[in-house]
Amino acid sequence: MNRLLKRKSAAFGVFVVAFFVLLALVAPWLAPHDPLATSWSAVRAAPSASYWFGADELGRDVLSRIVWGTRASLLAGVVSVTIAVSLGVPIGMLAGYVGGWTDVLISRITDAMLACPFLILAIALAAFLGPSLTNAMIAIGISATPVFIRLTRAQVLAAKAEEYVEAARALGNPHLRIALRHILPNIVAPLIVQATLAIAAAVIAEASLSFLGLGQQPPAPSWGSMLNTAKNYIDQAPWMAIWPGLSIFLLVLSFNLLGDGLRDALDPRHR
Amino acid sequence: MGRFLLRRLAQIVPTLFFVSILIFGLQQLLPGDPALALAGEERSPEVIRYLREKFHLDEPLPMRYGYWIAGVVRGDLGESVRIQRPVTELILEKLPVTLQLATMAMLIALLIGVTAGVISAVKKDTWLDYAANVFALWGLSTPNFWLGILLIMLFAVHLGWLPASGYVSPFEDLKGNLSAMIMPAFVLGNAFAAVLMRHTRSAMLQVLSSDYVRTARAKGLNERVVVLKHALRNALIPVITLGALSFGELLGGTVLTETIFSIPGFGKLIVDAVFNRDYSVVQGVVLLTATVYIALNLLADIAYFLVNPRMRIE
Amino acid sequence: MRKLAFVIALFAMTANAQTTLRIGLAEDPDILDPTMARTFVGRIVFAGLCDKLFDLDEKLNVVPQLATSYKWSADNKSLEIKLRNDVTFHDGEKMDAEAVKFNLERHKTMPGSTRRGDLAPVASVEVVDPLTVRLNLSSPFAPMLTVLTDRAGMMVSPKAAQAAGEKFGARPVCSGPFRFVERIAQDRIVLERYPGYWNKGQIHFDRVVYQPIIDSTVRLANLRSGQLDFIERLAGSDVAGLKSDSRFKVARIVEIGYQGIYFNVGKGEPGQSSPAGRDPRVREAFELSLDRAALVKVAMDGEAVPGNQWVAPNNRYYAKNVPIPKRDVAKAKALLAAAGVPNPTVTMMTPTESAAQRIAQVVQAMAKDAGFDIKIQSTEFASSLALGDKGQYEAYVLAWSGRADPDGNLQIHLGCKAALNYPGYCNAGVDELINKARTTLDPEQRAKLYEQIAAQVIAKDRPIVFIFHRHWLWAHSAKLSGLRTVPDGLVRVQGLKMN
Repeated sequence: MNRLLKRKSAAFGVFVVAFFVLLALVAPWLAPHDPLATSWSAVRAAPSASYWFGADELGRDVLSRIVWGTRASLLAGVVSVTIAVSLGVPIGMLAGYVGGWTDVLISRITDAMLACPFLILAIALAAFLGPSLTNAMIAIGISATPVFIRLTRAQVLAAKAEEYVEAARALGNPHLRIALRHILPNIVAPLIVQATLAIAAAVIAEASLSFLGLGQQPPAPSWGSMLNTAKNYIDQAPWMAIWPGLSIFLLVLSFNLLGDGLRDALDPRHR
Repeated sequence: MGRFLLRRLAQIVPTLFFVSILIFGLQQLLPGDPALALAGEERSPEVIRYLREKFHLDEPLPMRYGYWIAGVVRGDLGESVRIQRPVTELILEKLPVTLQLATMAMLIALLIGVTAGVISAVKKDTWLDYAANVFALWGLSTPNFWLGILLIMLFAVHLGWLPASGYVSPFEDLKGNLSAMIMPAFVLGNAFAAVLMRHTRSAMLQVLSSDYVRTARAKGLNERVVVLKHALRNALIPVITLGALSFGELLGGTVLTETIFSIPGFGKLIVDAVFNRDYSVVQGVVLLTATVYIALNLLADIAYFLVNPRMRIE
Repeated sequence: MRKLAFVIALFAMTANAQTTLRIGLAEDPDILDPTMARTFVGRIVFAGLCDKLFDLDEKLNVVPQLATSYKWSADNKSLEIKLRNDVTFHDGEKMDAEAVKFNLERHKTMPGSTRRGDLAPVASVEVVDPLTVRLNLSSPFAPMLTVLTDRAGMMVSPKAAQAAGEKFGARPVCSGPFRFVERIAQDRIVLERYPGYWNKGQIHFDRVVYQPIIDSTVRLANLRSGQLDFIERLAGSDVAGLKSDSRFKVARIVEIGYQGIYFNVGKGEPGQSSPAGRDPRVREAFELSLDRAALVKVAMDGEAVPGNQWVAPNNRYYAKNVPIPKRDVAKAKALLAAAGVPNPTVTMMTPTESAAQRIAQVVQAMAKDAGFDIKIQSTEFASSLALGDKGQYEAYVLAWSGRADPDGNLQIHLGCKAALNYPGYCNAGVDELINKARTTLDPEQRAKLYEQIAAQVIAKDRPIVFIFHRHWLWAHSAKLSGLRTVPDGLVRVQGLKMN
């Protein structure tokens, strides 16, 4: 942790991510208005004392929607990566540890998924599941899975050749125990780095799906869906677009900086 | 080398098989009846029946997969239901456009990514490092469609320097072509720069701490010469090789960029076809994109194999 | 950079020298074969490519185009059409009675033809003499002439059509002012002036280029930066900004279509189980909770006219006996109480497109005041069509592009078992009236019939709550003149001129 914070850009990332997590937690107390309350007299109202960040196309408070939207956007990032990790890591370990035909089969399917453009997979899955935030997260999660399978498999292969694993095997430990107790802890560092970067990509992916109408659905706010609506009013009501755009940028940048910082901190070559 | 190559080639066949299953399966999963989607407002029972028959929509899935694969093997990717043109013809029309976009984007990404990576490695932990980092990351951290619209507003509407969107063939009007492509290429390349920056940075850090560079420094060579001539040259080889070969990932990135800038390439073709349920187009284009991706990956592996002899033992 | 700007300016100048009209479309057209075509946007391209037997004017009157005159027989079961003598197709072939017969039969018999429904009442086509053709109908059919103002009335070259077969749409050969040059899918459709056009005095451009640009912000940006001369379907929110810019003009026309909210009243399970589908009082309460004027103002930036029927209030066939109801929340609450569901939940299927989403959200907020709990179920358009068809929905936010004849907005949606009858509505009495209105040619009598239909459908049953009629919004260079604002929303190129 100290090593991580020593790098200022990573420290900045940690700080911003923590800020947004806090914001998401206290959203109900912090938001000045109900994020869903419409007001026909405040349609696309410019920022003012009552609407600090202005109002949107239905007269809703942009600030309150940003605050509440933090939840959706953070969830979109974290949940989809959790899905990807919880699918990808076990499958990757299976492929790497068991080897043989299991490995061949898993590897070829992973290659096939990686060969199809990520966003196309996500779009097709989201369209299949039906547009909603939950489904967008599932779609992004599944589309991001092959990266974790491949990474885990490669790490397991490397770890399997290490002496401590050989030793554990020689002592007659059961396979599951070797995999969980001896291999997993040793490959977790690169997975954490990858997961952090994947969260950044997932937040962007949610925004992209929202752009195509497949993300968070109205009236609930997410930054991606806010941006998608706002793009129609870029000239008349730029405040509708600036804040969600800035929020996405800050959050994603921070996850990226955090991920890069973690890589530096965890990778012995970069010290 | 020969055995390695043979093994990699042998892997391609099953991978492509799974790709075809994946694409076909995903297509079938999509809800909504393609015949209804295509018929649109003109929905008489005869039209629906005709469309179902023509595109074998009533037959069992394995049969339909069979028809498709049989066609693919013959080089026939089917026909777009929506505009009644062979998919192969559409692909030939779109391929140069997307290739140009991806190439220009790659050059921009190399320019930004490598520069930022070098600065970030050489000036490690200074404010220059952070600035270079943020600069390379901002493209990756901004939704493509959003950056695209902002650029259009600025350069096309307010400054009037560039056309807002669209595409002109370079053979028709080279300057028109470049001015139409520069914004989308920048948006796409900017998002990809971060990947190259990361490669460059870690390669540079490694090279800079190597004995070879230490020797050069010990010889009292100017730091600039050390960095640019000795370190960069060594670090750059893998970066450029790998960067150029991860071109396949760029192809995926064209989806939204092309949609926003109305560039008639692959990405736009796929997105529109997914929403219109134009099955043969989606299948054909994704299959081709995947094949290109797999081929580039093979080349990347071979290159890596040549650069990195340790792999030969495995 | 200045150099670049210069190059672009130069490019714009040379483009002007060739007099090209560049039109931005909101969608990519489908097949360019009048027999097979299915989309509204395709009709905009056809307006430059293919002439029709008849056309519509600004007041929706039917006027001759390739025809010179028409005459109904005494029993209204046969229609004799006289043709112009000076019309050739783009391949030089003559457009005569034989060609018309060929085309109408092609529409009726070609596999996959989407015109078959339009021409169903046409039993046979006779060539009377080289310039006269007679359509024999199975029964009188009031919409016949307006059907011939659309794709069913478009004539293509029989020679080219026979040669190309199914592939005709890839290189259409018609008789309109411009002929086909090339099409790059999703990018552009290029047409050039046809020198042999019968009405060439009205044509002032050498080329027309249609470019689909889906995003309305980007489409407008292209107009403002000079890459386009004309765009269709401007966003309502962009009108104010353009008004202050003297380089551009905005044109608006009340559409012939409508925006509605469909209720599933008789299709499958949701039609029976949902309070809104089961009980007309709930639908009446729903309608009373809406303030259409406010809805139009907020959701459409005022660019629509409130309405409550399948035709707009300015239409000749608008039923004046059923005016737009005023918002009445108290009465809505009373109706819901009487129906025994003071707080009904209604799931409203809404396509993911932005206007539909705005409408749904405003409706949700308004209906809430009367006690409704509206759940918006965003559904991608292609999926929503299938769900609508199967009757797996409660309420459905849907727009119809409209037909010039009122029957085209009514029968197909609310006739028993009609193709687009998503509500699953079937009322034998109404069905009889609809059919009677179809066979009645006298406008006065027809209007009376529509009043009777409205009294039942609009004032009692409400399978569809019609809410407004959008404006077709066009924006174009202020230098462009001669624009004709016909309510079907198609861009007539005849008379258009760049000053």
